[in-house]
Amino acid sequence: MTWLLDNVELIGRLTGEHLRLSAIPIVLGFVLSIPLGWVAYRYRLTRGLILTLVGLLYTIPSLALFVLLPAIIGTPFLSEANVVIALTIYAVAIMSRSVADALGSVDPDVKQAATAIGYSSFRRFWAVDFPLAGPVVLAGLRVVAVSTVSLLTIGAAIGIDTLGYLFTNGYQRGIIVSVLTGVVVTVVIALVLDRVLVVIGRALMPWTRASSRSERSGVTRAFTTARKMPEAVS
Amino acid sequence: MNLFADAFAWILNPGNWEGRNSIPQFIGEHLWYTALAMILASAIAIPLGWYIGHTGRGRDIAVATTGAARALPSFGLLFLFVMIGGVANRDSSVVIVLALLAIPPILAGAYAGFEAIDRRVIDAARSMGMTERQIVARIEIPLGLPLLWGGLRNAVLQVVATVVLVGFVRNATLGYPIVQGIQINRFDQMLGASILIIVLALLLDAIFALLERYATPAGVRVGRTRDHRTSSTRRRAAGGATPASTEKEKSV
Repeated sequence: MTWLLDNVELIGRLTGEHLRLSAIPIVLGFVLSIPLGWVAYRYRLTRGLILTLVGLLYTIPSLALFVLLPAIIGTPFLSEANVVIALTIYAVAIMSRSVADALGSVDPDVKQAATAIGYSSFRRFWAVDFPLAGPVVLAGLRVVAVSTVSLLTIGAAIGIDTLGYLFTNGYQRGIIVSVLTGVVVTVVIALVLDRVLVVIGRALMPWTRASSRSERSGVTRAFTTARKMPEAVS
Repeated sequence: MNLFADAFAWILNPGNWEGRNSIPQFIGEHLWYTALAMILASAIAIPLGWYIGHTGRGRDIAVATTGAARALPSFGLLFLFVMIGGVANRDSSVVIVLALLAIPPILAGAYAGFEAIDRRVIDAARSMGMTERQIVARIEIPLGLPLLWGGLRNAVLQVVATVVLVGFVRNATLGYPIVQGIQINRFDQMLGASILIIVLALLLDAIFALLERYATPAGVRVGRTRDHRTSSTRRRAAGGATPASTEKEKSV
């Protein structure tokens, strides 16, 4: 308990750093995966190519990727850029599949109707396809947010200041409270972020509120939406 | 590319292939921890998942825990368990943490595999006079296999990545050369070990992808061709974007 009181400042600072470092990959992953997901959804050839590539990237264990990146892109070994880029790669890997599936889940009749009343394909994408794909995209984004927050702790292994510092430092000095605090704060941040995304989603997509099922975690959401997706997806 | 040359020199250095703390030993330990954790997790999660899938009982709890488990930082969990378990029990603590991480994806694969089966198939089996036991053994388990293998594949990916972190608490597994490399500032060793880890992860993933595809009964594989005439409200067992196959997890 005294440890906790003595280190409130440290925990606060690490929490801030953790939030900052996890926000970048989540936002970047979201932005980058829209065009990638669209290309994967639109063309059969690129679909296989992109989804296989992101699948392979996703297979790489994070600590190995943190070490590999400086050798490939020439960043300094202890730079936080390595962690941010690695987590962005994972985010893109999850999200581009999500976006591709989401776009596939849009009712073709609605798209035809939009084309028939004169939408250009570019405008139709932003005004019709993408908003209707929103719920499935959001499900993917929630998964990304939660796993990014959790993965970021491993950055402490290569000396980046995140909540993971409470793990490495606590372990070395034998302070269980430190490790426990790190775990709890990480989980809380992940769950709060998940909630925030739900609220944002509800504000941006008011039409989903009427049909929204009971509130559950991102995974449930992804599960149920995946289940509800029409045959066209696979 | 000099860094890579150094890394490959480290991998190929004959001195690193024999004696204590050699590459084969690290790989062996890596696979050993992975196998133990997968066996323990499967022994718990597969029967439980089948029970949930067959009876529908406890499904909400299972789904909720699977979701919440994603938020748990495996790195911290590993340290926490090892510290609580004490130095003498480090190995058991490590295996327990790894198994805990592997349980949610396997559980999801097991029950999702049952739920993805066309209800009419099960109704048909029941009307033919099959007992519940026969339905589980002859219909649900074989038809649910593709998704179960998908779940096992996600789990092994997760475990093999977490075993890297075991290098922080034991002088073992391919994670140890990385941890040691950070301490003594040997980039060739870190990069070399990272390359080996990536190759190992890709290989395991490829093996499980093959198992996922071929260890399923011939009848299920035939079912892969989509039949539009009998499109049902529920997905077919082997159909495309089924829950477990679209859901990959990453926490390490």
